[in-house]
Amino acid sequence: MQPIPRALKVLTWVSAGLFAAALLMTLFYAPREAVMGDVQRVFYFHVASGWVGGLAFLVAAGAGVIYLLRGSRRWDAVGLASVEIGLAFTLANLISGSVWARPIWNTWWTWDPRLVTASVMELVYIAYLLLRQGLEDPDRRARFGAVYAIVGFLSVPLTFLSIRIFRTIHPVVVGNNDPTAQGAFDMTPPMLQTFLFSLFVFTVVYIALLWHRVRMQALAEAVEQRKMKLLSA
Amino acid sequence: MIEVRRLVKNFGLKPVLRGLDFRAEPGEFVALLGPNGAGKTTMLRILATLSRPTMGEVRVAGYVLPGQASAVRRLLGVVSHQPLLYGDLTAEENLRFYARMYGLSDGARRAVEALQSVGLGPRRRDLVRQFSRGMQQRLAIGRALLHDPQVMLLDEPYTGLDQDASSMLDDVLRRVAVAGRTVVMTSHDLPRAADLATRIDVLSRGVIAASVPQTEITPAGLIDLYRQVTRD
Amino acid sequence: MTSGGVLPLTTGERARGYLRAVGAVVWKDLAAELRSRELLSAMLVFALLVILIFNFALELDLATRQTVTSGVLWVTFAFAGTLGLNRSMAVERDRGCLDGLLLAPVDRSALYFGKSIGNLAFMLIVEAIVLPAYSILYNVNLFRPGLVVVVMLGSIGYAAVGTLLASMAVQARTRDVLLPILLFPVVLPVLISAVKATNAVLLGLEAAELWPWLNLLIAYDVIFTAVAFMLFDFVVEE
Repeated sequence: MQPIPRALKVLTWVSAGLFAAALLMTLFYAPREAVMGDVQRVFYFHVASGWVGGLAFLVAAGAGVIYLLRGSRRWDAVGLASVEIGLAFTLANLISGSVWARPIWNTWWTWDPRLVTASVMELVYIAYLLLRQGLEDPDRRARFGAVYAIVGFLSVPLTFLSIRIFRTIHPVVVGNNDPTAQGAFDMTPPMLQTFLFSLFVFTVVYIALLWHRVRMQALAEAVEQRKMKLLSA
Repeated sequence: MIEVRRLVKNFGLKPVLRGLDFRAEPGEFVALLGPNGAGKTTMLRILATLSRPTMGEVRVAGYVLPGQASAVRRLLGVVSHQPLLYGDLTAEENLRFYARMYGLSDGARRAVEALQSVGLGPRRRDLVRQFSRGMQQRLAIGRALLHDPQVMLLDEPYTGLDQDASSMLDDVLRRVAVAGRTVVMTSHDLPRAADLATRIDVLSRGVIAASVPQTEITPAGLIDLYRQVTRD
Repeated sequence: MTSGGVLPLTTGERARGYLRAVGAVVWKDLAAELRSRELLSAMLVFALLVILIFNFALELDLATRQTVTSGVLWVTFAFAGTLGLNRSMAVERDRGCLDGLLLAPVDRSALYFGKSIGNLAFMLIVEAIVLPAYSILYNVNLFRPGLVVVVMLGSIGYAAVGTLLASMAVQARTRDVLLPILLFPVVLPVLISAVKATNAVLLGLEAAELWPWLNLLIAYDVIFTAVAFMLFDFVVEE
């Protein structure tokens, strides 16, 4: 079995360290928010998870396009890995959103554009995995996965738009500085730093996980190949 | 007419065709024999432009596949072991549909002619759903001949046919062969293949393991050769 | 006797051949369906049953009915639509007919357009029957010209994406369950916009309430018809 490449080992340690740092920052460095209290700290990881969820989708769709054009199985692995990771992070986004919403708006769920779009994105992710699961031929699995990732990715912004025109109560953090908007808040510099740092850390963690997963896929295929050689000999 | 060099086809990681070489000159009738799973259907599908080679060169009538696949389709008539017919349409409607798909302007006339040539003239207004397997196969051949193709590919056309239907199919194929077309037919039926073909190839484990002109072998000899080549 | 076109075709001939192929596929689907009526009757019965169930599930009084009608209608169309899509693609798959279509010397996109226009036609036929039925059963006036436009735009988007996804779903083991799972998250913008637009038309709201939804529908239709048309090759070729 090939050993883990050095760069990946370093990256893994670095992401673990960065994650710990981000955790400390959100808990201790960022100030306590005036109106919402400590529960607001969820916000940093909540948005960062949502960001990774969206990024993962973009990568999956892009990998899909490249796979359809080139046919290299490596890109299929990237797409699959990205969907799996995106699924997990979007789930984290949804759950952290719930945790934040309960004390603030006294409800576990709010039907606002961002949250609903995230849920729809999650459903598309799941559908992608179910589609692959229902197919026997690996080439077909890769091709159909790529097609669906592209279609799904293109539909999400339109879903967001349609719900946005529909209704909104989600706090507008960046841009709209109206303090009377329910749940909105202005970010002081330490908050902004924590926020941007969290985004950065989560991106690094995403890349590390992606790399690990793609590598696992390649190893699994190598095992398959050896198995087939043994069986046919 | 057909040239195949070092053809490789993998399904995922599983190799089915492993560097296969094959040739068919214009006017030849090649019977392609081989055990189940050897790759006969896969090879025929690649020649029919329904599947893409993983590696290797495939040329039909000078066109390179898969790049020039659309040009080749016009020249191919394909009969698979599935009838490729719509049960809710009549025999005539099925043929007229395919005539339109092939861009034939005189589709109605050709449909009637094709039906006559496969002996289904009187049944042309009947729904294909009501046809027996033998009749469906004959209709399928009629469909394959509509656009007067230069190359015919048949994948085990005798599967599920009774004696009468098989004899009819023999007649049709003999006439087809006489008309100067190139024919590649896969089959499990050794004696029949030996009778109809000008050359017999045996596909075993992803390559052509034996190739012999029909005049140089007897039916008994063919059975021996087949056993020998597919055994190890 | 020359074979059907060894000589290279002119652009005009190719275009005519393309349109002829699209027309042939649409004709084939409609003619076959006219004979067996399996698909349409299944869709119709299903749609009418759904509407009936809604009546009991929602206990609609006269006032509520006005606001809920558009939602009920589009949910019905969405569900009946999956039946039609599944069946339409299954016909090609089961008797190997898809190979027959793929062997024809036409661009694959002609097959896509043929199938999706056929699917659209089936949806429109069902809608044309369900709308008057609903109107009669619930005493709601559905005869607004704007409604035709909305139904058309919504159905086009649904059929465009649905045909592509059904072509994939039908090749999977889990074919029946898979299509709704694949389709609904992706077709949500169509459903939301169609419901709101229908609502705006039925309640006679002002144009400013209607136009954003129509624009969204048109945008979706254009984008996804183009995308589906480009991706269809990859779904049918091996």
